Amino acid sequence: MSVLVFADSKDGKFKKTALEVVSYGKKVASQLGVNLIALTVNVNETSELYNYGAEKVLNVSNNSLSTFNANKYAGLLEQAANKENASVIIIDSSIDSLYMAPLLAVNLNAGYASNVVAAPSNTAPFTVKRQAFSNKAFSHTEIHSAKKIIGLAKNSFGIHESSVAGTTENFEANIVESNVVSTNIERVTGKVTIADADIVVSAGRGMKGPENWGMIEELAGVLNAATACSKPVSDLGWRPHGEHVGQTGKPVASNLYIAIGISGAIQHLAGINASKVKVVINTDAEAPFFKAADYGVVGDAFEVVPQLIEKLKAFKAA
Amino acid sequence: MKILVCISHVPDTTSKINFTNNNAEFDKNGVQFVINPYDEFCLTRAMWFKEKQGATITVVNVGGAETEPTLRKALAIGADDAIRINTEATDGFLVAKELAAVVKNGGYDLVLAGKESADYNGQMVPGMLASLVDYNFVNACVDIVVDDNSATLKREIDGGNETLTANLPLVVGGQKGIVEEKDLRIPNMRGIMMARKKPLQVLEATGTEATTAITSYEKPAAKGPVKLVDASNLDELISLLHNEAKVI
Ligand SMILES: Cc1cc2nc3c(=O)[nH]c(=O)nc-3n(C[C@H](O)[C@H](O)[C@H](O)COP(=O)(O)OP(=O)(O)OC[C@H]3O[C@@H](n4cnc5c(N)ncnc54)[C@H](O)[C@@H]3O)c2cc1C
Repeated sequence: MSVLVFADSKDGKFKKTALEVVSYGKKVASQLGVNLIALTVNVNETSELYNYGAEKVLNVSNNSLSTFNANKYAGLLEQAANKENASVIIIDSSIDSLYMAPLLAVNLNAGYASNVVAAPSNTAPFTVKRQAFSNKAFSHTEIHSAKKIIGLAKNSFGIHESSVAGTTENFEANIVESNVVSTNIERVTGKVTIADADIVVSAGRGMKGPENWGMIEELAGVLNAATACSKPVSDLGWRPHGEHVGQTGKPVASNLYIAIGISGAIQHLAGINASKVKVVINTDAEAPFFKAADYGVVGDAFEVVPQLIEKLKAFKAA
Repeated sequence: MKILVCISHVPDTTSKINFTNNNAEFDKNGVQFVINPYDEFCLTRAMWFKEKQGATITVVNVGGAETEPTLRKALAIGADDAIRINTEATDGFLVAKELAAVVKNGGYDLVLAGKESADYNGQMVPGMLASLVDYNFVNACVDIVVDDNSATLKREIDGGNETLTANLPLVVGGQKGIVEEKDLRIPNMRGIMMARKKPLQVLEATGTEATTAITSYEKPAAKGPVKLVDASNLDELISLLHNEAKVI
């Protein structure tokens, strides 16, 4: 038996979430007393994963996998899980993983728990803690099937070093056919995306109009952060839909979330609650966001943000 | 085109979440239930197909009798008929298997389902369903155009969009973007009257076993009060973020 993790990469380099799922996988493998195996795709240098506990890495090299395809990736994980007799398969919560995981669950007839936030509290019955009700609560879920799939929520377990002497094998998997064909990919380049960001700078209707977003982008630039917005802002067309965060928008689980001119409606908070530290800048001392925040400034964004930018520049330069 | 829209019956987004029975059950007391917001986008998109290209729309829910008002609302918005599969939806895999039985019998060309439900947020039912009935599947879909037997779709990816093609039959996990918020339909009086006469069929469940079970719930730990920093003392904010929170 073994635990298998999918360690996702971009341009041959591991994503931060890959190190987190390997760290988590190590914990589960030691709870079960079995080996940890990682699956990687088109990575030349895999040894970094040994530092986090991967005893064996299976790397698949195949050009037809350079663009993600849910059927093909689910097929790879299925074959790796069968080859290694994996009882637990762990993936991250990227948009691609969330697309693939249900297909893998059917292939392996495995119970699947998504949005998992902690190591299993028990391994028999196998019990995990998951986010539920759009981050307003947690559920303790038992998985009863022989094979189990865990989708780990981002930034929930952390990255933990645990060096082992690992080996890497070339894994010759069958690439399954898919009738879903990618014809074009458009990516906003040169910008930190919400999914990858450690810091997110978000602004709401309090900014009055799209012409005032220059300072939001400048603040994000100083902090190497992604920009985001509340729902009405994207509905009004002030900002692109991809920036809308909240219950019906993108989830944010960053280390720092700065909310500027956002009231803190329950639907907004539902999507950003998983962020570690929240800072609010709002003119209204009664804005509900202050109840959810760690740090707050009662003040006008048009005065506070430019000053904050200057002070952060000085702080970074020091 | 025969379209099936999967409808989840979920607490209204402003609901306070509480638990009873020693934290083993969700407390439905005083909670208003609605069509899952992601499913509402899908239903509106289905209405667009019906009006522009011609389609019949069936809505389906896996749940007890208390979910029927939600299905009636979907009928009032414009679906033609409804199916309720009479079992408690305790697990995503179970729901997908029950829906698969309906899809196999009904021979739908297009199945639309919200990419996740606003209560358990599992993001598993549409993909599992597609896989169980061997239909093509696109998730996190923000646009879909159907031309005869084939579809061109856009899905969200990290930091952008991907365009894909897939033949019907097809399952789509939809989200905002598949229609605009402003285009969402509110049932009117005529729709509500007509919905009362539209067929709502209740099917017994196949009795498939769940693979997971929720044993208890927990609320997040209460948060301490916010630390307020004076707007004229932003150096303090920077110092707190650097030294105390260690996030910059
Ligand atoms: C089904 C449903 C789903 C929803 N999903 C989401 C979601 O995913 N995400 C989301 O964000 N919302 C969502 N909403 C909407 C949500 O209820 C709120 O309407 C929305 O979050 C409010 O956005 P806002 O805070 O930017 O605007 P407002 O509510 O208008 O608040 C603006 C804030 O800016 C402050 N302000 C004004 N001027 C200044 C200034 N000069 N400097 C500093 N502060 C200032 C004000 O004091 C106020 O607090 C949803 C609603 C529904 C019904």
